[in-house]
Amino acid sequence: MSDRKAEWPLWEVFVRSRQGLAHKHVGSLHAPDAEMAIQNARDVYTRRQEGQSLWVVRSTDIVASSPDDKGELFDPANDKVYRHPTFYDVPDAVENM
Amino acid sequence: MAETLTMTGEETAPAAAGLSAADRTAYVDYLLHLGDAGLILGHRLSEWCGHGPILEEDIALTNIALDLIGQARMLLTYAGRVEGAGRDEDALAYRRDVTDFRNPLICEQPNGDFAMTVARQFLVSAWAYELFSALERSADPDLAGIAAKSLKEVSYHRRHAGEWLIRLGDGTDESKRRAQDALDDLWIFTDELFEPEDADRPLIDAGLVVDPATLRAPWEAMVDRVLGEATLDKPEAEYPRRGGRRGAHSEYLGYILADLQFLQRAYPDARW
Repeated sequence: MSDRKAEWPLWEVFVRSRQGLAHKHVGSLHAPDAEMAIQNARDVYTRRQEGQSLWVVRSTDIVASSPDDKGELFDPANDKVYRHPTFYDVPDAVENM
Repeated sequence: MAETLTMTGEETAPAAAGLSAADRTAYVDYLLHLGDAGLILGHRLSEWCGHGPILEEDIALTNIALDLIGQARMLLTYAGRVEGAGRDEDALAYRRDVTDFRNPLICEQPNGDFAMTVARQFLVSAWAYELFSALERSADPDLAGIAAKSLKEVSYHRRHAGEWLIRLGDGTDESKRRAQDALDDLWIFTDELFEPEDADRPLIDAGLVVDPATLRAPWEAMVDRVLGEATLDKPEAEYPRRGGRRGAHSEYLGYILADLQFLQRAYPDARW
């Protein structure tokens, strides 16, 4: 079974759970092609919460940042409080920030 | 099935009120036909739970099984209401014997290999799609409502099984051979899906139910399209099998019921 499974590429799954929200990464799965990946994503990830839209992307097509670059990429953002949304008061009427 | 499924809360169905005793019996029989199809095929698919070829497909088959059991619950509950003899979904599912079941024979055929399960699902779902599309316009609003809800589900079942059949047929030599063998074995059970019972005629004329013969052309068109894409040959039914509507089942149904009904037979009215 594991040999066979290795022949199928891995897909990353993104679900938009409500209108107006962005697609969110929920996990990954194996599928022989894009159409079956969508079907599998529907069965594995949307059967209870009922998403509005699905994206699948071949895992190999995702370009990821290197863990080694963590310092230079992310640390500078951390030491300036005014960069963070929590620095500002958000009115109650604004939803989904 | 602990929770109670309520449709409109009335004791008997409004559509049943205007029917003669004979037509009411025929209507109950027809509703059992639809409900049993879902119950028995759903049970067959549930046998795949934990045994699917890959995790994703294991979940897909189980999802389809749950959809079919849900349809069976609605249809059996409604059959009980039309009958008006106090039988609920559990009584109908667990307390009837082989000869009382009305499902098409194809639903009770063994899972076989994955190709067999896929081919069976495609042939049945393509039939159910045309059936529920037509029943959505039934003169009985209760049945039309059940059909509308079920149609969304069987649309997906047909698509899922169809896509798989295309990939198996147009796949490797082995997957093609297995898919073709499955179709050849199952084809003798397809004629039965399109044969009306004489007792259905007044119900068809009243617009309550659909003449299954009218479903054949759109079903064939869908099957031809998918088999064409799958590069599979359409078999011929040399010795068609029939009898599900009259309770003349293949040997397999008894084993299914032994499994399905054991608990309620051994411990009547057991709940958890």
